[in-house]
Amino acid sequence: MLGLIVNPVAGIGGPAGLAGSDGADVQARASERGGASRAAARALTALAVVAAARPGVRVLTAAGSMGEDVVRAAGLEPVVVTHPPAHTTGSDTSAAARALADAGASLVLFAGGDGTARDVARAVSTDVAALGIPAGVKMYSPVFAVSPRAAGGLATAWLAALDAAPDALDAAPAPPLLPDSGILGDTPAERRLTPRVARIPESGNTPLPVLEREVLDVDEAALRRARVEPQLYGTLAVPYRAGRTQARKAATLADEQAAVRAAARGAASALRPGVRYLLGPGGTMNELARELGVPKTPLGVDVVLDGRRVLADASERELLDEVARGPAKAVVTVIGGQGFLLGRGNQQLSARVLGALGDEPLLVVAPEQKLIDLGGRPLLVDTGDPDIDAALAGFVRVITGQRTTSIYPVHAPEHEGEGHAP
Amino acid sequence: MSLPVAPKPAQRRFQQASWDEPIIFELSTPGERGVLVTGIEAGVRDAVGDVVGDLPAGLRRAAPPALPEMGQMRVLKHYLRLSQENLGADFNVDIGQGTCTMKYAPKVNDQLVGTPALTAMHPLQNPADAQGVLEIVWSTERMIAEISGMDEVSLHTQGGSAAIWSNIAMIRAYHEANGEGEQRREVITTIFSHPSNAAAAKAAGYDVITLYPDADGYPDLEALKRALSPRTAAIMVTNPEDTGIYNPAIKDWVDAAHAVGALASYDQANANGILGITRARDAGFDVCHFNLHKTFGTPHGCGGPGAGANGVSAALAPFLPGPRVARESGTDGSTRFVVREAGEQSIGAVAPFFGVIPNIVRAYAWMMALGADGLRAVAEIAVLNNNYLLKKVLEIPGASAPYATGRRRIEQVRYSWQELFEETGITSEEIGVRASDFGMHYWTSHHPYLVPQPFTLEPTESYSMAELDEYAAVLAEIAREARETPDVVRTAPHNQTVHHTHHDDLDDPERWAITWRAYQRKYFGAPVDPAGRVGSAGDRIETGATAAEAAA
Repeated sequence: MLGLIVNPVAGIGGPAGLAGSDGADVQARASERGGASRAAARALTALAVVAAARPGVRVLTAAGSMGEDVVRAAGLEPVVVTHPPAHTTGSDTSAAARALADAGASLVLFAGGDGTARDVARAVSTDVAALGIPAGVKMYSPVFAVSPRAAGGLATAWLAALDAAPDALDAAPAPPLLPDSGILGDTPAERRLTPRVARIPESGNTPLPVLEREVLDVDEAALRRARVEPQLYGTLAVPYRAGRTQARKAATLADEQAAVRAAARGAASALRPGVRYLLGPGGTMNELARELGVPKTPLGVDVVLDGRRVLADASERELLDEVARGPAKAVVTVIGGQGFLLGRGNQQLSARVLGALGDEPLLVVAPEQKLIDLGGRPLLVDTGDPDIDAALAGFVRVITGQRTTSIYPVHAPEHEGEGHAP
Repeated sequence: MSLPVAPKPAQRRFQQASWDEPIIFELSTPGERGVLVTGIEAGVRDAVGDVVGDLPAGLRRAAPPALPEMGQMRVLKHYLRLSQENLGADFNVDIGQGTCTMKYAPKVNDQLVGTPALTAMHPLQNPADAQGVLEIVWSTERMIAEISGMDEVSLHTQGGSAAIWSNIAMIRAYHEANGEGEQRREVITTIFSHPSNAAAAKAAGYDVITLYPDADGYPDLEALKRALSPRTAAIMVTNPEDTGIYNPAIKDWVDAAHAVGALASYDQANANGILGITRARDAGFDVCHFNLHKTFGTPHGCGGPGAGANGVSAALAPFLPGPRVARESGTDGSTRFVVREAGEQSIGAVAPFFGVIPNIVRAYAWMMALGADGLRAVAEIAVLNNNYLLKKVLEIPGASAPYATGRRRIEQVRYSWQELFEETGITSEEIGVRASDFGMHYWTSHHPYLVPQPFTLEPTESYSMAELDEYAAVLAEIAREARETPDVVRTAPHNQTVHHTHHDDLDDPERWAITWRAYQRKYFGAPVDPAGRVGSAGDRIETGATAAEAAA
């Protein structure tokens, strides 16, 4: 079944020029300036596509303005699983996402922006599939469909794929490109989100595999001061169909998924015995852990030594202790569209840790497309220590695949000071 | 008094023929024949015996092949109809397939290679009876050696990527011969060099390091130095790259590679902007190659025929692929041309025999007709044409030429519609499809798309100012439509026979169907017998696009 969450205040700050809509204070100011959420209207556009193909289908949702009203307006049948208060906050979004997953939703549609995606990811991570209906001010995360109509199309295709394989959610073998014990975890509940790929020739259905996509968000207060520094907040399992999801330029699912895997494999074969590897956060790092057959804290830094995880979700202090025990390297990927290697989402890999790692502290791993997506802008480091940043600046070798690397420029914007925008 | 004739519109009113022609397998009628082959005469049979029976069992078919059965006239009509549903190089202003150098290939040269004097030749015949064509091969090698500055040239390879493969295979053989095969495991290339360079190096077992351009459009020399080491086997680069930007520091690049003991390989598949102006060897390159089917006036529609030319310095000459044609002098002062097998150090044969003779003869005729001054004039006019077109295209709102802003280009430009896309949502692919409605071919870029919403134009020396104007006017018209009537662009083509490509189908091994049998098997579950016959062959079914649409 589909689940729907509408963030009734999503996007309210955009027309009001507030660079976002997070927090009660901003929402109140937006209302004063005449801001109105477009989330309900855009969710309705998406559901209208579903309704056209599947009249009367039941949709799990939250009461009132958080979904029920839109489901009803689309002519579909709401199944209310949670009753949020009149004035909702992010925790209500999280609670609703969890409730939808528990009630059996296999795909959660959420209308909102990056903040909404964060709240959904916090609650369900990759336990179920999720897809954003673009309705927010900030949408840095590649978890949104390119348009509300496209979201509706994907949801319709998802239902069709489920019809073709009704038992897919229970006995789902992973789609062909995802290993069994992958990013999505080992428990049956975690594997629920990978419906069997319905093969085109027989069933006439579109297969909808999922990709682990990063949920990014910027500090809105900083954004209002014109600093754009997205942080990594989690991942969602996003159904994929070529050309229907934002911000990915790889030609195909196979290309994108295979590229991440190839980069991870290239990194795996670059690892040496006796060296401690500090694996940072990010989808590519999670893939590397899977390649190595070790568990991984999705948003944390784990330490791997000789094919075993010796430390999970390490703090800066714990990392310093580990590094003191022998040779070590930090393994990092490109975080978000801004190109940060260090200083965003992986602050545990601090200047002190990097300083303790020696002359070649980094192993950088990323699919080629991540470099191409930078549009010619350099990679960035911001450890807070000018000397460490200066040492890292210049050119870095990025592992992009098996036996393939790229040489790419690295800048240290904080170190370079005023007047030297990257 | 004036006649009631409306003026012609600015853009030509192109309309492609639409024959709704079935696939040839669907036209098959059991028992129908194009040629009735007579039986073997008794005397012949007695003399020759059972020829088929003498073949090894593994080479014999268990059953006749599942070919369509048709009379000659029906075959002729079928292919003529298909030919009208096409947009050939001889019809359109064919400057939209940048990097491919779609210049005019003189028809007189086609006539030349179509004469029995050449078509009746066979590579295995006695060289004494083929001195003329062997001399042409040898002379062409020498001319290309002069053009590149290289000491030796081999015309053995049959295409551009085969020539690139030969480049890296020679480099590998060279390092192995010097005892450095184990040490030198890396090849450096650039993201804008033709992807076959990275692919060939990878296939040859090397680790591949890719460099990215800076704002000038080519990588910083410091980036190269960061990548170079005693592990480097070679740099493999294009110059100018697909952007049409020439790296003026190229000699420094080659010197830096040599400084660590690496070789330098120059992909000159498209040398149309530098003919007679720069030479690979003068910049220090050890290895280079040309595509005769790009620069040297031989046609290359529909994937062939290609022809490669590998040039090397004297140090690499023993490793050239072969067999090759050589000139020998007799004791009496006479000369003769022979076919010489590849030597002991050669990478050997990468294709049968000693070259694609029809293309070598065409290239020879093309060069001889132009002469040395003419070859240089080709490059000069191609560069002039390109910079004229650059100015015309940049006048179109929404079009840009990323990198090296404000500077001129060599023979081609990779443009961007990113601004138009951000304004209208119309993609470069959609513009390309719409361009076909005006009878124009158009191409985007190799993958990955480093330039967003890319398109790549290369006018060559063949096109007139009026034709360049017409092409630019078509682009301007489509840009106007993107703003004013975007649905016209989005739903294009309107004047074409063939409709949108289904990318999802082409990306999925379970769905792509590049043969009739695969199409039957994947889309209709038709069983295929051991002889390749499809169970449902002969049934009339939906055409490809419709069935794929239904399936999707």
